[in-house]
Amino acid sequence: MAHKTRDNATDDKALKVYRVLDLTDDGGMYCAKVLADLGADVIKIEKPNGDPSRNIGPFYKNMPHPERSLFWWAYNTSKRSITLNIETSDGGKIFKKLVKNADIVVESFHPGYLDRLGLGYAALSEINPAIIMTSITPFGQTGPYKDWKAPDLVGCALGGQAFVMGDDDRPPCRISFPQAYLHAGNHAASGTLAALYYREVSGEGQHVDVSMQESVVWTLMNVIQFWDLMKFNMFRGGATRQMGTPRCRVAFPCKDGHVAFLIAGGQLASISMPPLIKWMAEEGMLGAFETMKDWGPKDWIEKVDAWALTQEQVDAWEGSLIKFFATKTKRELYEEALRRRIILYPVSTMKDLVDNAQLKERDFWVKVGHPDLGEDITYAGAPYKMAGLSWGISRRAPLIGEHNEEIYIGELGFSEKDMRLLKEAGVI
Amino acid sequence: MRTPRLPKKRQAKKRRVFEGVKIADFTWLGVGPIAMKFMANLGATVIHIESQTRPDITRVSFPYKDFQAGINRSGFFALYNDSKYGISLNLKMPQAQKLARKLIYEWADVVADAHLPGIMDKWGLDYETLRKEKPDLIHIATSLQGKTGSYSKMPGHGIVGVSLAGFSEITGWPDREPAVPTGALSDFITFPHMLTALIAALIYRRKTGRGQYIEVSQLEASLQFLAPPIMDYMINGQIMGRVGNRCTNAAPHGIYRCLGNDKWCAIAVFTDQEWHDFCRVMGNPEWTKDHRFATLLGRKENEDELDALVESWTINFSPVELMNTLQKAGVPAGAVHNGEDLLADQQLNHRGTYVTLEHPEIGPHIYQPPPFRLSKTPHELTMPAPCLGQHNEYVLKEILSMSDEEIADLLAAGALE
Repeated sequence: MAHKTRDNATDDKALKVYRVLDLTDDGGMYCAKVLADLGADVIKIEKPNGDPSRNIGPFYKNMPHPERSLFWWAYNTSKRSITLNIETSDGGKIFKKLVKNADIVVESFHPGYLDRLGLGYAALSEINPAIIMTSITPFGQTGPYKDWKAPDLVGCALGGQAFVMGDDDRPPCRISFPQAYLHAGNHAASGTLAALYYREVSGEGQHVDVSMQESVVWTLMNVIQFWDLMKFNMFRGGATRQMGTPRCRVAFPCKDGHVAFLIAGGQLASISMPPLIKWMAEEGMLGAFETMKDWGPKDWIEKVDAWALTQEQVDAWEGSLIKFFATKTKRELYEEALRRRIILYPVSTMKDLVDNAQLKERDFWVKVGHPDLGEDITYAGAPYKMAGLSWGISRRAPLIGEHNEEIYIGELGFSEKDMRLLKEAGVI
Repeated sequence: MRTPRLPKKRQAKKRRVFEGVKIADFTWLGVGPIAMKFMANLGATVIHIESQTRPDITRVSFPYKDFQAGINRSGFFALYNDSKYGISLNLKMPQAQKLARKLIYEWADVVADAHLPGIMDKWGLDYETLRKEKPDLIHIATSLQGKTGSYSKMPGHGIVGVSLAGFSEITGWPDREPAVPTGALSDFITFPHMLTALIAALIYRRKTGRGQYIEVSQLEASLQFLAPPIMDYMINGQIMGRVGNRCTNAAPHGIYRCLGNDKWCAIAVFTDQEWHDFCRVMGNPEWTKDHRFATLLGRKENEDELDALVESWTINFSPVELMNTLQKAGVPAGAVHNGEDLLADQQLNHRGTYVTLEHPEIGPHIYQPPPFRLSKTPHELTMPAPCLGQHNEYVLKEILSMSDEEIADLLAAGALE
């Protein structure tokens, strides 16, 4: 098996000994980033002019340029890059050579595309029976929609997310930063590692088929069960939610933006309401909570059935909360919520996230060198902290074909003359 | 205590990824239960440990079968916990804590926990204690903001987590308040991260024999999905706002009203070819020949008018009909599915997204497998979610070989509540 030669590595990164060939565009690049940051040797294989998703903004200093895409940077950390046109006969042959020494191939082409090039799972598993191929597509490898196009908005719609997002007097909507293929890539990473674990046990590779649509369906909490068990369609409600009969706010305006808070009853209210009401009393702003000023946690569980509240009751309470929150900033409310143990959080902007005290305290943000720019750029840090093995960004996202020489000459033994020929022929 | 229903013996030996991996699952709510359910679907043996004295909120929340509340009747809990054995332990009691440690020392490879940081320590179930007895144990914990830091012990859940993590602020319309995404989105970004970290640790343990402690902060996992706009603020000082359904390089790009009540279809036209195909499907009406709509730049400039014109056409069709016609012509389009539509969706049904299992109290109802398919080791949903304490007897007798007297003592003391 290909990975045997590298089995002796004693590095503490879980996936250090594995090589991944990453053929994805924005339809799957998050998967290989996850593997790369866990230590896998990921080689991004780009078209000779670079992956088209290098043109997705935002851009560094607002300069639209394939080497300046912050989107591309964020999701291609710790990878190396070579250029290769796998549609040419030489390109296909080189790709197969790479597969011989690889453990995992991740791709996001239309179903059937690689098969037509003779590079599908069946062909590759003949070259390397232990190879794992992960295919990330809008709808999966088979089925009535398999050849359909599904950019993010279409994925949000068909995955059920759009219907439950937005205001109910306007069209459904999506999150303003595309999410559908990040979900697909995220699940693809889990599926790939499951296949890798099985290969460690059995020596066998396999094909992992990931559907973006089905990945989005797994974000719906219980929308499907609401229909299945109660014939009720969950719907969008802007800053409110329908909890039982009345609509309750889940975001409240405050002095400089919004905070997330919900009244509810039961356990959740029993935690939050007594300390919040005490705070309002201290500031002489009890409003509609006058009669509850001495209630303890138990009273909120026993006396308030969130599902049986009337809209008038909820509106009165929320009116008083809005008046109170209007006197405070997000930060003031959040810091007091921590001190008083109230389930209240800021509705964070991108700036709030960068300023977030907890993230700073936990050293979440990491600096990554961009030697070509002569500066360090700050990136989102680890999604998980592990004691025994480490997560880390080993290098910034690669430039187009940055590692051509390293791989083609250094590893595959091509001469400089071959390289010139392949370049002129549009292969690399 | 309920009469335990002993699981059926599996017939033919199937190839399952995590055959032999044993997980003591102390998690609740969303992230932990779903991640461990996926492990169970891939062949791990998972024992879900919970308590009647502090029931999982998903057990006591809608949707209940036939609107009838009951601790074993919620589809919310069921969806996240199929294929697991369930036991009830009141971990506030020393006897129950001892039993939990016995289960871990004698049986488990993995401990999963989703309690507020500090709770497992209080119960003597923290990694430092457990590793002394079981050095190769993997302990994976998840919470809203991680184990360390000033805010780590602040209570929370995904319904506010989605706002803390930045998603609400960028969902909805520029002239309106943030539209908080329904559900607990940050949970659903975090659980696959938790699963990935756990499998990586299992691979590492196979190679090195070493266990480890892993913690997954819901906030930190979720921010991976906003990394580019965060960098846009850090580098360019731009703070992303809400843009409805607009997209910088496509028009029309929106969700348009269709025939019927609250029926909609998404249409996303990026290239000239897609625009020509779209016009052709509409029958090339006069307005499409207007020079203002001939180019992407023109369409972006006149997008409000464009959207109104597109909608005057889409309103004549049902979303599915419209989607089928447009997709056949090469134009990206998708019906906006509600819960009912999702269950009827042809592709999802083809793929096997819905699995019906017979639950002892709910009856037959729908569960969902992981969204990836492994060609040689298919997932398996082996049993419905457990009723509270359903497998107490099976776990105590068969797995821990405890005697009837020992079990009676625990029962009498209330440790199995």
